[in-house]
Amino acid sequence: MTGPTGSTRLSKAAAPTGAATSPAPSATPGVATEAMVRARGVRKSYGSNEVVKGIDLDVAAGEVLCLLGPSGSGKSTFLRCINHLEKIDGGWISVDGELVGYRRRGEKLYELRDHEIAQRRSRIGMVFQQFNLFPHLSVLGNLMEAPLRVRRERPEPVRRRALALLERVGLGDKADAYPRQLSGGQQQRVAIARALTMEPRLMLFDEPTSALDPELVGDVLDVMRSLAADGMTMVVVTHEIAFAREVADTVAFLDGGVIVEQGPPGQVLNNPSQERTRAFLARVL
Amino acid sequence: MAEPVLHAGTRQPGAPDDGAAELPGQVVSLRHPWRWVAVAVVVVIGVVLVTSLIRNPNFQWDVVFHYFVSGSILAGLRNTVLLTVAAMLVGLLLGIVLAVARDSKNPIVSYAALLYIGLFRGTPLLVQLIFWFNLSSLYPTLGLGIPFGPTFVSGSANALITPVVAAILGLGLNEAAYMAEIVRAGLQSVDAGQTQAAQALGMTNRQVFRRIVLPQAMRVIIPPTGNQTISMLKTTSLVSVIALPELLYASQIIYSRTYQVVPLLITASLWYLLLTTVLTVGQTFLERRLRRGDAAHGGRGRRERTAAADARAAVQDGLPDGAPVAGGEHR
Ligand SMILES: Nc1ncnc2c1ncn2[C@@H]1O[C@H](COP(=O)(O)OP(=O)(O)O)[C@@H](O)[C@H]1O
Ligand SMILES: [Mg+2]
Repeated sequence: MTGPTGSTRLSKAAAPTGAATSPAPSATPGVATEAMVRARGVRKSYGSNEVVKGIDLDVAAGEVLCLLGPSGSGKSTFLRCINHLEKIDGGWISVDGELVGYRRRGEKLYELRDHEIAQRRSRIGMVFQQFNLFPHLSVLGNLMEAPLRVRRERPEPVRRRALALLERVGLGDKADAYPRQLSGGQQQRVAIARALTMEPRLMLFDEPTSALDPELVGDVLDVMRSLAADGMTMVVVTHEIAFAREVADTVAFLDGGVIVEQGPPGQVLNNPSQERTRAFLARVL
Repeated sequence: MAEPVLHAGTRQPGAPDDGAAELPGQVVSLRHPWRWVAVAVVVVIGVVLVTSLIRNPNFQWDVVFHYFVSGSILAGLRNTVLLTVAAMLVGLLLGIVLAVARDSKNPIVSYAALLYIGLFRGTPLLVQLIFWFNLSSLYPTLGLGIPFGPTFVSGSANALITPVVAAILGLGLNEAAYMAEIVRAGLQSVDAGQTQAAQALGMTNRQVFRRIVLPQAMRVIIPPTGNQTISMLKTTSLVSVIALPELLYASQIIYSRTYQVVPLLITASLWYLLLTTVLTVGQTFLERRLRRGDAAHGGRGRRERTAAADARAAVQDGLPDGAPVAGGEHR
């Protein structure tokens, strides 16, 4: 994972520099805010199976983007590419003006070292379908692990911040519980709080409510709604069409590894221009 | 497949399912006459054995207990315990390294680990022990330095490879090959989502391994490691061939002088029995605690528990099973 072995040729527009002195202005005309996420020509294959086939995408700071699409269309893969949990095979992605996994030198991208990638990843929160809480740590331990180990902060302020975040997601009384003692909905809210302890600039959600019993979905969506209201930049893979309609600024429909259609929720969800989008919505609605 | 048909036949449509009122009140258990025959056989064999143990003067129980707490036997006992601890430590630490190397993305590293494991598991431990002991015939001097470059320190292999060093090398390096597989099973029992979540928080690969993956893998690693330790305790007796005075060799030294072979073998065996019993009790206690921890945490993922059980079952044949798993594994 180290060294300049994993270089990728730049495909389309020039990538921003890794140093990120001043973030490039948004590519979306008419949007005054700067881009938090910029993806250009992103490709990803597993062996000979190309899963992401050239995705261009911009997410402005403070924007909520909902990614919809049938199962297997590459939504999770693309999301994992954003924080470099997956290495991309072509194109580039920047977050807040930085390439997450690479440093640009000339016309080539050189993969960063493990600790450099970790450093950049630490400001991108991620929430998984299966929660992925650490079962050997208490709820508080889950929240404090990364600030203590990654940012080497002093325990007491971290503790206070963690407890405040637990309060915020409605689990102030669960600090000493262990993950398996919590319901799925509670676990997912802990997972969101855990990501927030690192004070992320961007939050990625991969079907955060898909593994939950229907009656527990609401609490998790409430937390996400309040995050969005606070101006957090969010990329949300979801099948909750009602949530997308209400909270998203932009909805993108992904199919076969490409973005088929993209726009404001009112347009994409009520009045899709593409046949594939229409067929998908007819199935899930 | 026959079941639904059976139900359809026995159940009257519309009739209440519980015909409790019509059932007789008394329940008679099935009798097992053969159990009593088996008990009788065991008791007879036991009585015969015990009387022969007591009556036969050749066992020389006075000699057995005379040497049981003698200085040289106790010194041998201490060496046996120290060897077991040292060999298991080398085995566990090197086993972790080998397990990680085995799953490395670098094929050379992975194959090197595979070769190591194959080599050390594929040749007799006794041969390995003798090999290490005779290393000086292969390399008369051993040194620390840069390959094909300068040497910083060096010494005679004969002086460096004492019986203790040869024993720890032989037992530890061999054990590592077995521990590697146990550690690997433990590491693989940890869900890949754990690694992803930790990486997403900005932890480095090293931190992910040390703080997230290894602690969870330990629950799967510890029970079979207990069995390996018990086995190692007895295996240390092999180093008697390189004249290291552990428990067995200490008794051999005595009986080569007194010709009281059987009594001294019994002395050593009683100590081995005592130590393995203590270790077994400790292991049962530890496993129960691990399981209780599971219950307190509401249990682990089903898959992880199964992996733990598999790893236990794979190594632990014929050891007494602990109490049944405490309930409350599901939230
Ligand atoms: N680690 C992997 N190795 C091989 N194939 C994978 C891997 N992850 C995902 N895939 C394949 O990539 C395709 C897209 O998967 P994914 O991104 O999970 O889709 P989605 O999240 O939209 O359901 C699927 O066909 C899946 O089988
Ligand atoms: Mg998915």
